[in-house]
Amino acid sequence: MSERRGETEGTVRNRLLRAALAAGLLLVLAACAPNATQDTMQPEGPAAREEKALFVPVFWVAVGVFVLVEGGIVWIAIRFRHRRDRDRMPAQIHGNTRLEIGWTIAPALVLAGVMIPTIATIWDLARKPPPNALNVTVLGYQWWWGFEYTDPEMARNYGDRGPVRISDVLVIPAGRPVYLSLVAAGGDIDRPGEVDDDHIVIHSFWVPQLGGKQDVVPNRTNHILLEADHPGTYTGQCAEFCGLQHGRMKVRVVALSAEDWERWRVEIRRPADTPPPGSLARRGMELFMGELSGGRGSCTSCHTVGGTDASATAAPELTDFADPTHECFAGCNWSTTDRAALEAWLRDPNAVKLGAKMPNYHLTDEEIDALVAYLSSLD
Amino acid sequence: MADVALDHGGSAEHPETTTGLPHTKLAMWLFLGSECLLFGALISTYVLYRGRAGPPPSPNDVFDIPYTSVSSFVLLASSLTMVLALAAAQRLDHGQMRLWLLCTAMLGMTFVGGQVYEFTSFFNEGLSLETNLFGTTFFVLTGFHGVHVTVGILMLLSLVGMSWTGRLPTDQSFPIEMVGLYWHFVDVVWIVIFTVVYLIPTPSPGGPGGG
Amino acid sequence: MATFERRAGLLPRPTATTGFWGWLTTIDHKKIGILYGATALLFFLVGGLEALLIRIQLFRPDGEVLTAAQYNQVFTMHGITMIFLFVMPMSSAFFNYFIPLMIGARDVAFPRLNAYSYWAFLFGGLFLYSSFFLGGAPNGGWFGYAPNSSTDPTIGMSFYALGLIITGVASTAGAINLAVTVINLRAPGMSFFRMPVFVWMGLVVQLLLIFSLPIITVDLFELLFDRRFGTHFFDPTVGADPLLWQHLFWLFGHPEVYVLILPAFGIMSEILPVFSRKPLFGYQFVVFSGIAIGFIGFGVWAHHMFAAGLGPVANTAFGVSTAIIAIPTGVKIFNWMGTMYRGDIRFTSAMLFTVGGIAMFVIGGLSGVTHAIVPSDYQQTDTYYIVAHFHYVIFGGGVFAFFGALFYWWPKVFGRLLSETLGKIEFVVMLVGFNLTFGPMHILGLQGMIRRTYTYPASLGLTFWNEVATVGAFLIALSVLLFLINVALTSLRPATADVADPWDARTLEWMTSSPPPIENFAEIPTVHALDDFWHRKYVEDERTGRLVPVQAGAAISHEEDAADHHGHAIHLPSPSFWPLVAAAAMPLLGYGVLFSWWLVGAGVIVALVGFYGWALEPSVAGE
Repeated sequence: MSERRGETEGTVRNRLLRAALAAGLLLVLAACAPNATQDTMQPEGPAAREEKALFVPVFWVAVGVFVLVEGGIVWIAIRFRHRRDRDRMPAQIHGNTRLEIGWTIAPALVLAGVMIPTIATIWDLARKPPPNALNVTVLGYQWWWGFEYTDPEMARNYGDRGPVRISDVLVIPAGRPVYLSLVAAGGDIDRPGEVDDDHIVIHSFWVPQLGGKQDVVPNRTNHILLEADHPGTYTGQCAEFCGLQHGRMKVRVVALSAEDWERWRVEIRRPADTPPPGSLARRGMELFMGELSGGRGSCTSCHTVGGTDASATAAPELTDFADPTHECFAGCNWSTTDRAALEAWLRDPNAVKLGAKMPNYHLTDEEIDALVAYLSSLD
Repeated sequence: MADVALDHGGSAEHPETTTGLPHTKLAMWLFLGSECLLFGALISTYVLYRGRAGPPPSPNDVFDIPYTSVSSFVLLASSLTMVLALAAAQRLDHGQMRLWLLCTAMLGMTFVGGQVYEFTSFFNEGLSLETNLFGTTFFVLTGFHGVHVTVGILMLLSLVGMSWTGRLPTDQSFPIEMVGLYWHFVDVVWIVIFTVVYLIPTPSPGGPGGG
Repeated sequence: MATFERRAGLLPRPTATTGFWGWLTTIDHKKIGILYGATALLFFLVGGLEALLIRIQLFRPDGEVLTAAQYNQVFTMHGITMIFLFVMPMSSAFFNYFIPLMIGARDVAFPRLNAYSYWAFLFGGLFLYSSFFLGGAPNGGWFGYAPNSSTDPTIGMSFYALGLIITGVASTAGAINLAVTVINLRAPGMSFFRMPVFVWMGLVVQLLLIFSLPIITVDLFELLFDRRFGTHFFDPTVGADPLLWQHLFWLFGHPEVYVLILPAFGIMSEILPVFSRKPLFGYQFVVFSGIAIGFIGFGVWAHHMFAAGLGPVANTAFGVSTAIIAIPTGVKIFNWMGTMYRGDIRFTSAMLFTVGGIAMFVIGGLSGVTHAIVPSDYQQTDTYYIVAHFHYVIFGGGVFAFFGALFYWWPKVFGRLLSETLGKIEFVVMLVGFNLTFGPMHILGLQGMIRRTYTYPASLGLTFWNEVATVGAFLIALSVLLFLINVALTSLRPATADVADPWDARTLEWMTSSPPPIENFAEIPTVHALDDFWHRKYVEDERTGRLVPVQAGAAISHEEDAADHHGHAIHLPSPSFWPLVAAAAMPLLGYGVLFSWWLVGAGVIVALVGFYGWALEPSVAGE
């Protein structure tokens, strides 16, 4: 009987100790995880760095408290366990007011200490953007992201000279602050019967390596100030449950070097090229702009291609679909260079992304080839 | 009407309790506390959305303050008759008690009837639940209150019926007191609603709304 | 076989106290406690199955076990079930059974209302689950943020709103009942500061419920009306503010989490002293910290909204208040350690679960403190880091405490002891499984895995820890299976002789037989001290100052108990089916709102019949 009990207490002690060691090991491992492109512990921008710089010391304080408290529990459990040969009635201590006041004040002081840099960082992250910040409006739809560049230098050089709009991938200059204005969008898709309307709901814009998230709330404009230290691609996703495909509402941020940015800025403000007559891409363009076979409506009812009559904004912008920076489509779930994925999407959007607002146009293979050729020409 | 097990002392209706308060009275106060939060949340919703821009009609377009003042006074008067009913019950005059309870119920019904008329006229002027934020918040808030008044009227009429058929013990006034507590609460809530919704002027639309 | 009394009234009054009708018409707090407990455990199994489905779907990237639509229903129902249909009713089970016993009462203040609360809860839970067969279960998360919840085209979120309104009514009624019981039905001599901590926590929980439930009730009605009647409470297209939903929800939701954990704190505060053979260290501090948590709990709600854009002032204020509430929560742990310190600790299953629960709660509490670091929370919120936190506190702290309570109180309720061997194995398997499941979720969250996602891509490097978590979940399932086997085997074994006080415990419920007679105590005790029962068993030896057992054969009951109450008959309230009838009105009303106004009419009639029958029926038959 006592062996079993000893085993149990030993098991308790071993388990707790093992858990503590494992926890420590896991967390160390976490910091070195390869392939973790959304790892908050591998910041690539000042906001993310500030947030990590606050977390890490607090984490170690928590580890210290953990070791003290859990160690204390384990030690007490072992030291004062009942032993068969001693049947004693312990002294019936009811408390110790001074001690209790002490162990109320001590944690309070630790917490106060921790809250001071916390409050400082809250206010720092809420600061107004510097004058050289790039201004971008982030639009959250069900279930994709759109971006509008609202600075005068980013106006389109054709048509109504409105702001440049792109989808799924946010392109920014590396090393320069970007002031994001978050807007919940949608509500423009109205295809009775076939697909559910897209609703304006709450989303959350999150690119972990660049910074923390902010919710995209309808009728409010929240802001984040982000910056990428170096050129590169940073992944992120919507972080507030927004319906069926919340789990697949992804985003990428492509940060370009200064020269690449300037080159991109010139390129992106130009309208789409018209494919040469007789080409497959031209056939695709005609399909795109006209009524699709069977009177099922046309792509222009939801999509924009700059410089053409297609100017609806209910669905992702396609003007620069094939631009090298535009790495992904349809909620940033598939690569734009993945032809098979593009074909599957055109064939039946709902089959690859349940609930997608784009209807199934029952396209023939020939039509799909032509449309793919057209989309691939949009760079 | 607590049905707790008894051991000793007290009466069937008022068993001995640790605080001396009957269970039902304590429960009623806790329940009314809960109701304060209920109406608080509804009133907060109304206040949050007050004055936001939207399609007409707005409060100033439809409110008839003199009319609603009269119906508010009717409800206030019903609290007076409720007090008189309780006093009669405490005097063990159940005839008078029934009379005053009926008056209270009828004044309550007048109030509800007045609200029905008022809401119908709003509806005819184009205000419904669906019209705008004002319609949404106004009808839901006052509707919840109206339901509470209606439940109160049912309780009052039940008391009259029970008293008439001899099911109400004639030596105590406790049930009347309990229903009275509820009735007064409903009246107080109306005073708050009347003040916040009708009397405090609504800022013109396009003011600090949204964002 | 039911026996009915003929009386002048609407229907014959039931008199059975055993068998099927006995359970259906019971108003005895002990039977109702068992009903709550059994139903809660059943829902725990269902919620656990939902958890396993989630973990199977997330085992590998791009999982296809569940579609997005199915997954969203499963994770939503998992949350709703565990919070509203398991933890809260399980607490109700313990409160219902033991508060009257611990305060020396014969029942709660309103026994029929007590039955009503149970049946309303059951019908609410069944109503929620019927949604799977009637057009789709709720799929907007247990937190149901609008406008997503107000615009979702499937019927599920309407079931959500109505179902939680029904269970909310049940909980409010139960809360008023238990609060009046604690305030008004204490045995002679039991002042507030001679009440067991479990009773104190119970009182705080009931007051939290009374003041927080109406807020979510309003929120749910507003959601229901937006969905069904064209109102615009959360409609951004006409200028509404979607954050209204969140504010009202979390004004309820935060006190709710203290509703979930304070019962566990109460349980731990009872079990630790018994198995350390020492009184609770710092009883008054523990009580006051519970009260403080109750109050401050209403002032931290927007820490669930740090990323919602409330602005730096609000974020600062709520960050500070959140840090403040960590203090009363944390000091309890030191009090518990002080209880064990220099004690004579016996590691029964009850004690293992309790100590393990405290250890797990510490981890959850520490991660909670890191959430209060607001800018860091901008990274943590809406990730698996949060999922890790709340499972460590609610499951690690709360559910472990529940298992401790089950082992501790099983002999009192059923007159037999659960197997200690199986209990210890269950503890170890559950502890390992639990940590394997939720420990890695801290890492997953920090590595960028969002919450409420039905899948994730392989490219994010999240696969390994998801696999570990899934394995852990199955270990938890195994440990629960062990518990069920323990229950089954225990019920098959012959009843243990005399288990009135198998643990040498301290509080009044152990003073009576196991199970207690229907009237709880032959004589209501007169209370002279905190842990009055303990002081009836042990006195201070004049020479050594240490506690020694009272002379063998001396009566546990004191003469004055009998003297105060001698000669008076005990009147117990009689069974009734009106609470059941009245409760049945609510699902009728719910289905009516969703499908047919005729059902609403039927619901109103059933409600009127039920409540009038109830009101006109005397509490004790034959009066």
